[in-house]
Amino acid sequence: MAVKVLYFAALRDALPLAAEEVALPAGVETVAALRAWLGSRGEEWAPLATWKTLRCARNQALCSWDEPVHDGDEVAFFPPVTGG
Amino acid sequence: MWIVRVQGEEFDVGAEDERLKRASPEVGAVVSFVGTVRGGEVQAMTLEHYPGMTEKSLVALVEEARRRWSLVAATVIHRVGRLMPGERIVFVGVASRHRAEAFAACEFLIDRLKTGAPFWKKEETNGATRWVEAREGDEERARRW
Repeated sequence: MAVKVLYFAALRDALPLAAEEVALPAGVETVAALRAWLGSRGEEWAPLATWKTLRCARNQALCSWDEPVHDGDEVAFFPPVTGG
Repeated sequence: MWIVRVQGEEFDVGAEDERLKRASPEVGAVVSFVGTVRGGEVQAMTLEHYPGMTEKSLVALVEEARRRWSLVAATVIHRVGRLMPGERIVFVGVASRHRAEAFAACEFLIDRLKTGAPFWKKEETNGATRWVEAREGDEERARRW
């Protein structure tokens, strides 16, 4: 199962990549689990795991952390928005 | 009549108000809000967004406003890229038969845009840059709706 992952704003600045395609290991079935797994890939990914207030979106709509992740999804992580 | 735009260029407030007014002979009220880059210590502001999701979330907000109030037309324009103090960032305009709907829908749209549309501001102050933090007051205003 593969998903596209995007990072934005201050979070993106703190990570090695702005976007990536990842093949999910067995057991990663929710957005929360995806975040935990991505954030456990070494020191440079720690900000993703420890960021205090983070928002997530699945297929370009805000979602909850227990949202299921499916093959081909686009999942994004970012700090609270500050537009307007 | 239902317009959502995300763009780098400046927009013309007078032309946008005029378009809303002319949307239908039934229009009796046009309410618009313009947000600008505050001056002072900030020398420039860069607006980042999530292409694709941004447009979808603005369209969804306009659709929700149409369900909640009797509206004739609405326009939401948000700029992205680097803006200088005094420059306009956002335009939210609503046309309706009577003023109450236009006032309420305009305030709803900007309050919910500020907490739900994927834009992020980065400020430049004395050569240093910092990402703007979300304000709890904005969350409270958005929750009223």
